[in-house]
Amino acid sequence: MYADWPLLSLVIWTPILGGILVLFAGDREPSGARKIALVVSIATFLLTLPLYTQFNTETHLMQFVERQPWIAAFDIEYYLGIDGISMPLILLTSFTTVIVVISAWEVIQYRASQYMAAFLIMEGFMIGTFSALDSILFYIFFEAMLIPMFLVIGVWGGANRIYATLKFFLYTFIGSVLMLVALIYMYTQADSFAIFDFHHLRLSLTEQVLIFLAFLVAFAVKVPMWPVHTWLPDAHVEAPTGGSVILAAIMLKIGGYGFLRFSLPITPAASAELDWLIITMSLTAVVYIGFVALVQRDMKKLIAYSSIAHMGFVTLGFFIVFRIVNSGYGDQGAALALEGGMVQMVSHGFISGAMFLCVGVMYDRMHSRQIADYGGVANTMPVFAAFMVFFAMSNAGLPGTSGFVGEFMVILASFKASFWIAFLAATTLILGAAYTLWMVKRVLYGEVANDNVAALTDINKREFLFLGVLALAVLALGLWPDPLVEVMHPTIENLLNHIANPKI
Amino acid sequence: MTAPFIQPDLMPALPEMVMLAMTCLVLVVDLFLPQEKRGFTLLLSIATLALAIAAVLVVAPPNAVSSFGGSFVLDHLAVVLKIATCGITILVFVYSRDYLIDNDIYRGEYYVLGLFATLGMMVMISAHSFLLVYLGLELLSLSLYAMIAFNRNSLPASESAMKYFVLGAMASGLLLYGISIFYGVTGTLDINQLSAAVSSQFALHPVALGFALTFIVVGLSFKLGAVPFHMWLPDVYQGSPTSVTLFIGTAPKIAGFAMAIRLLVDGLGDLQVDWSQMLTALAIASMAVGNIIAIAQTNFKRMLAYSTISHVGFILLGILSATANGYASAMFYTITYAITAAVAFGVLLVLNRKGSEAENISDLCGLNDSNPWYAALLAIAMFSMAGVPPTVGFYAKLSVLQAVIQVDMVWLAVAAVLFSVIGLFYYLRVVKVMYFDKPLPEQTTTIKEALDVKLLLGANSLSLIVLGIFPSTLMAYCILSFS
Repeated sequence: MYADWPLLSLVIWTPILGGILVLFAGDREPSGARKIALVVSIATFLLTLPLYTQFNTETHLMQFVERQPWIAAFDIEYYLGIDGISMPLILLTSFTTVIVVISAWEVIQYRASQYMAAFLIMEGFMIGTFSALDSILFYIFFEAMLIPMFLVIGVWGGANRIYATLKFFLYTFIGSVLMLVALIYMYTQADSFAIFDFHHLRLSLTEQVLIFLAFLVAFAVKVPMWPVHTWLPDAHVEAPTGGSVILAAIMLKIGGYGFLRFSLPITPAASAELDWLIITMSLTAVVYIGFVALVQRDMKKLIAYSSIAHMGFVTLGFFIVFRIVNSGYGDQGAALALEGGMVQMVSHGFISGAMFLCVGVMYDRMHSRQIADYGGVANTMPVFAAFMVFFAMSNAGLPGTSGFVGEFMVILASFKASFWIAFLAATTLILGAAYTLWMVKRVLYGEVANDNVAALTDINKREFLFLGVLALAVLALGLWPDPLVEVMHPTIENLLNHIANPKI
Repeated sequence: MTAPFIQPDLMPALPEMVMLAMTCLVLVVDLFLPQEKRGFTLLLSIATLALAIAAVLVVAPPNAVSSFGGSFVLDHLAVVLKIATCGITILVFVYSRDYLIDNDIYRGEYYVLGLFATLGMMVMISAHSFLLVYLGLELLSLSLYAMIAFNRNSLPASESAMKYFVLGAMASGLLLYGISIFYGVTGTLDINQLSAAVSSQFALHPVALGFALTFIVVGLSFKLGAVPFHMWLPDVYQGSPTSVTLFIGTAPKIAGFAMAIRLLVDGLGDLQVDWSQMLTALAIASMAVGNIIAIAQTNFKRMLAYSTISHVGFILLGILSATANGYASAMFYTITYAITAAVAFGVLLVLNRKGSEAENISDLCGLNDSNPWYAALLAIAMFSMAGVPPTVGFYAKLSVLQAVIQVDMVWLAVAAVLFSVIGLFYYLRVVKVMYFDKPLPEQTTTIKEALDVKLLLGANSLSLIVLGIFPSTLMAYCILSFS
């Protein structure tokens, strides 16, 4: 029944138009704006569900395709479609936006309608990024989402928000304009902006390397990878809770998605040539950033660094495939690495979002993010403490939670490439546990630190709702990751075929 | 030898004749109007421009036609650019009304001079002989000098007018010098015949032609404001009454583009390799200087002046690529830039009120709190100038970059995008000031707003997004102009 619906257009434009509606509803009656925002976000989430239920897991071909000529002069098309790697991320986006709207319900009092509208419009742009199959369409969504995020951090952020938001915008923009040049260059070679026409493009190694580097700058900033990660801790610390959640749960994933959609299939020879670079950057993120996280005094900063370390796993999983194939283990191990990276992305979306929400819950009460200001919170907020310990455990990779699955798959695959790579990657199990659990110990346990902590009240129903839903998601993905892996398997197999062909 | 007089076909010049007749009518009617009925002059001026647009549409030919012995041409390029010029001048007139009233310079001369300047631009757009290009240019420039000095009690305005006059006269002199060398070598001023004459004379007089080309390019760069001939631009923008800055910053850019196309592409296409090299240097310098120096500006008009310089660099990129695609992209860029600049200066005009001069970037503090409508409009204009999708500025940059990459100048495209990142910073700073900063206490006075300006400015600004999402129609006209 859904076959004829322009479902992807609906899930892109419903939140954008809904966001504009919320904007016009204005702040005279903020509760009205909130209700519209909630209805729109839930409607969008429900609209994305058929993308999963009607998804054909047998094929790697694009599904729910919509294709219209758009800008005839340059053959730019309105070309949408999803496959196994974009569909889970779209669901993650629509799910997270609902959570963000609920989490901001009472917390955001200043210009609530503009806040809600920014997130809804951003949701549309992010879904558009994941479903665009025309590279210019992709680029437009990719850039456009910066504007609402820029405003969210700048208007509702913390004390140093202006520095952070300008840094965020400029960093991302400088990465993406080089990608734009690469896209136009490929257009002059392929006479088309469609991503699949790029996939079949033959390019010399020099061309591939230059294009690969242009993509690398764009996506490495977005992921972010060491050494271009420095905007993330600033942005996270200053952003309001909702901004941090969207940033960590979705925006970082767009970098990882870009590697899978552009870098690997378009420039496989260059990727193979330069995989040492990505692997080094990823391992540095895992190990060095893990140590950096250990010494943070600000909870949000700690989680931000932990995000960088976890995203290091994603990029490691994506780019270690060449070594696995070369070492003779064949496609099985390579598929495991790619799928591990993907699972890690989805799982990190849930966990980091939940961790930022936990910090947000405490911040709303204490107006401090400093670990030193807390202590013994578990005594006054026992239900909250249970949730936070659970999310911390999954952040540290406890088996049974989603955090374990992705990391385990990537480490397992890395062993097939090189013992030492796997060894360094596995240090995260120690480091991750150390920084997360040490923070939990200092914040939640021990004596009640001061009067402010003593006066804390436990979470209300609204907070219980969004933390509970996230906990269920983390648990479900941890215990039974099969549905997710199944969905992406044909796509990953097809991607491996692309990688095996150097396309020179 | 006397050639027999041939009655030229006057039809292609109908829009210009309508403009001239109507402008004289405005001049006379205005004399007999009391001050409180000045609005009639405005209405009549808008009617003049609307009639001119209508006349352009009436005479728009399916194929290029020329008249007056080949020195006047009406082709698709001329049709599109004339409509854009007149349309933008209408916006300028509407936006500036309240500013003129508040500054006690609400006089008919503003409109008459503006109309004469527009007539000059229309002549430049259709000119196909060096002489006619020069005549149009001087009509435009002389009107502009007078418009700037129009507020005669203002010292900065007088200074700007003087500066503009001296430098403008020098640039005209350089242009004339180049033209005279061409005439000396080829014996013709007619752009149609110039091309053949240049290619036959090139082997005999390479140095003289090189010299002449250099002077022409320098004169053009002065008028367009390309680095290193940009010095007048920031001072003129800052010193002029904002209503005049709005005019200078928008429509004449289109005429300048037309002049570049008529002189370089139509006339001197055979020297393309030479002028492409010159324009490359000018484009890079313009993007670098414009974007970097704009960061240091605190005066909003001055910042926009440097921003204009950087945009001129982008327009030159399209021209220097020397393909039909590149010219079309540059044309698209010029028209959309003029529309964008109209929003930016238009919002500044609305904020610019007697007693509360809005001129510095800090005057925009907390605009979102005091007036979210105008803050949003200006933010859209800023994002469009920065080239952030989904605004039209992105699409304009995309098409120019595409043209540059198509002729294998990837390095130039990389340089251009890197400078546009630098540019992004100061555009974002304006958004930051409006949205993130709190208003200063003295700025809490609410803006007296006229509904027509509010709606027109809104439509103008939203058109930046609409054109960004549906650029096909305008782009098709641009491509048609060069096919």
